[in-house]
Amino acid sequence: MIKEKVRVKNFKIDGVCVTGQSNQTILEVAHDNDIEIPTMCHLRGLSNVGSCRMCIVEIEGRHEPIPSCTAKIKEGMEVTTSSPRIKAAREMILSMMFSERSHTCSTCVVNGDCQLQSKSVELELGHSFTPYLNQRFEVDASHKNFVNDPNRCILCTRCIRVCDEIEGAHALDLFGRGLNTRIIHDMDEPWADSTSCTSCGKCVYVCPTGALYEKDISEEEVVKKREIITELVKNRGQR
Amino acid sequence: MKKIRLGTIWLDGCSGCHMSFLDMDERLIEIAEYVDVVYSPYVDMKEFPESVDLTIVEGALSTDHDLRIIKKIRENSKLILALGDCAITGNVSAMKNLYGSEAVLQRGYFELADLNQKYPSKVVPTLLESVIPLHEAVKVDYFLPGCPTPADAIYEMLKSLIEGTEIKIHELTRFGK
Repeated sequence: MIKEKVRVKNFKIDGVCVTGQSNQTILEVAHDNDIEIPTMCHLRGLSNVGSCRMCIVEIEGRHEPIPSCTAKIKEGMEVTTSSPRIKAAREMILSMMFSERSHTCSTCVVNGDCQLQSKSVELELGHSFTPYLNQRFEVDASHKNFVNDPNRCILCTRCIRVCDEIEGAHALDLFGRGLNTRIIHDMDEPWADSTSCTSCGKCVYVCPTGALYEKDISEEEVVKKREIITELVKNRGQR
Repeated sequence: MKKIRLGTIWLDGCSGCHMSFLDMDERLIEIAEYVDVVYSPYVDMKEFPESVDLTIVEGALSTDHDLRIIKKIRENSKLILALGDCAITGNVSAMKNLYGSEAVLQRGYFELADLNQKYPSKVVPTLLESVIPLHEAVKVDYFLPGCPTPADAIYEMLKSLIEGTEIKIHELTRFGK
């Protein structure tokens, strides 16, 4: 494999001069410089896929906003992380997440520990701008410890990535297209019948919502150890 | 000073938000100095009155009656405040949307009924195809989420409307709170 030479690049985020390495993304450099960009599908330690579009930013000279988690930095680029247009777009993205599936916070086991819910606070979303679709999916509660409820899934694919990249099992995948897409185990078998799932629970820990959760525990007892993956990756790197 | 003409209504919800309203406790006395409650489950008034300044609506829209009354409320009120998750998202009231009104009626009036199995046709209003939040039917001016909306949030909201100040709603409440 031919390794690309890593170079130092200088550019601007919100008018602030920053420096990064050419293999870094805008989001990484922003993070290194304590510049906040709202994220959703991104989780430190996992690869980035840009599926949720929450971290979109504007680049001087470009017509459309782009997700900062997958966009590599370029010399001299001028990035804007927040503008009325970006703000409106993020609100619309969040609205679509809320209206696509049935996220009834008051009946959800992760109520109070949900990143979709907390995003509505962060972005000050008063109500959904899109009508609710009222789609219903079957819940897979076959596994002895965990439940997969596609009705609360935002298709961020963190679970798929953690299973593949950290656990090395790749037991999860996406099935279907568009609005009907859902997370499956193996070849769409019940979770309990999955031969590749190691029951490690990492997918449950990284899930931002109540789509994957532990069985038989109450709302008060739910602990989502999302940062455990970031720690794990850091520790492995030090070895 | 002229008192604010306040209406409150309980549509398809559990009345928890109205309970929360009462949970303002002694602060209700303070609020009462500035408002006149002209229509509410708390007062005996049959018809929704004219020229209301603010109507607080709890609950989602699930029947033809709900739709008619919310349109009347919009015509007769300067401002509408959607109180609680049901009014804003549909929440628990809208959970039946996943199965449809037909399935719910079938279950309630046939499967679980021992006697007189038939659909209701008198007195009770007809269910809509699906339960919808207020803003899908009329323009809503303010949104105050929560399940139920905490009394503190209702108090701060009313205070800000009376005094004409701005508040950060999301510091006080959120969906599912």
